[in-house]
Amino acid sequence: MEKRLSRIPGNQGITYGTFVFVDEGHTLGNALSYVINQYPGIKICAYTVPHPAENKIHFNIQTTGESAIEVLKRGLQDLERICDHTIETFDTAYKNFKSNDTPMDTT
Amino acid sequence: MEAKSENPRWVMREHEVFKEYARETSSKATALKNYIQELRIEIVREEDKELEFDIIGCDISLVNAFRRILISEVPSMAIDKVFIINNTSLLQDEVLAHRLGLIPLRADPRLFEYPPSGRKDEEVSEQDTLKYELKVTCTTHPQAPKYSRLPEDMYRNSKVYSKDIKWVPIGRQGDMFPHGTEQFSVLENDILICKMRPGHEIHAFMHAVKGIGKDHAKFSPVAPARYRLMPAIELTKPVRNEDADLLQSCFSPAVIEVVEKETSSGEKYREARVKNARYDSCARNVYRYEQLKDCVKMTRISDHVIFNIESVGTLPPAVLFTEAVKVLKNKCRIFLAELEHAGV
Repeated sequence: MEKRLSRIPGNQGITYGTFVFVDEGHTLGNALSYVINQYPGIKICAYTVPHPAENKIHFNIQTTGESAIEVLKRGLQDLERICDHTIETFDTAYKNFKSNDTPMDTT
Repeated sequence: MEAKSENPRWVMREHEVFKEYARETSSKATALKNYIQELRIEIVREEDKELEFDIIGCDISLVNAFRRILISEVPSMAIDKVFIINNTSLLQDEVLAHRLGLIPLRADPRLFEYPPSGRKDEEVSEQDTLKYELKVTCTTHPQAPKYSRLPEDMYRNSKVYSKDIKWVPIGRQGDMFPHGTEQFSVLENDILICKMRPGHEIHAFMHAVKGIGKDHAKFSPVAPARYRLMPAIELTKPVRNEDADLLQSCFSPAVIEVVEKETSSGEKYREARVKNARYDSCARNVYRYEQLKDCVKMTRISDHVIFNIESVGTLPPAVLFTEAVKVLKNKCRIFLAELEHAGV
């Protein structure tokens, strides 16, 4: 399998990192930067689509001390758990809805 | 539903829309925990192919990710290659092929694999391809009613419909899917593909594969998937009599109701009340009237999302939503695995 994640080289140290996600767009970029922006010790976390014709994003993380890779890893893990929790919550809600099948009071 | 006042709001004024300042109450370290504590999903309405539900306490960036994935990354099956044996109809081959591609199929994409890239046109595998055949010839009806000039009466097969597309098993597919004919048929029987006259014939084989909406819109499993924020309307001053009717006409139907009331001195009057702001279109018509301008505060609750999924029909919308969330989860796993094993 070809590599889809890489880091743009630079000498800003471990607290700075720009990661390139190939074949990803706003879907992952925006969701992931939302999750990472919630952490303490994040100076900047943002992404950009460098060119609309190229299917990739540049994902930048700058921290006050932690390693950018560690933060990225934690962000992905948390996003994964958020997804798990969303599926669980949705399934419970759907089961409840199916078992009652009474229209919810929307007023 | 009276929203709690601490909910962050978008305020809709006559000439501006802005987000109300909300104090950050949660400590940032517990963002994930907060999400897990606060997320609420309530199913509101389910009809046949449509599902409406509320996502409360979830950031818009995540909701938008789910919507984008539903439209462009949840897979479905569609006709991808058309091999035309004979086409003497008025429709050119390429136009016919395009029309065939857009016909929704009943086949469940979860039963199949993605086709490998760079495969030759004729190569197929029972794991990833469904084969269909369309063979229709138009002829003159031998016992046509004498005085009818309707094409349906005069000719046989003057119209080609999607129901004429028949599934053809490849390899062991016949044993694997004993109910294949119904299971993999077209979703709608009455899609008009082409009109023909005697002597015209269409004979084509089609290969349907699994794909995603990013590649071509025919693979998109949803008709629309959309979300909007929950509207909230407050009347800050009482609105009575003619003004009440005027106010009612400014909003979508059933949003405002006018109730009869009586003062302590026995005088009757009618007053406007907010009945249900949920289905308001949030058109700001009310600001056109001087006398109503200051009576209303229109807002949207910024962490209460009304999510709507309309499925094409292959999979129920509830399944599509969970599939979409799984796609996002899978993205995370792929990149995590790459971080673990390959490093950056």
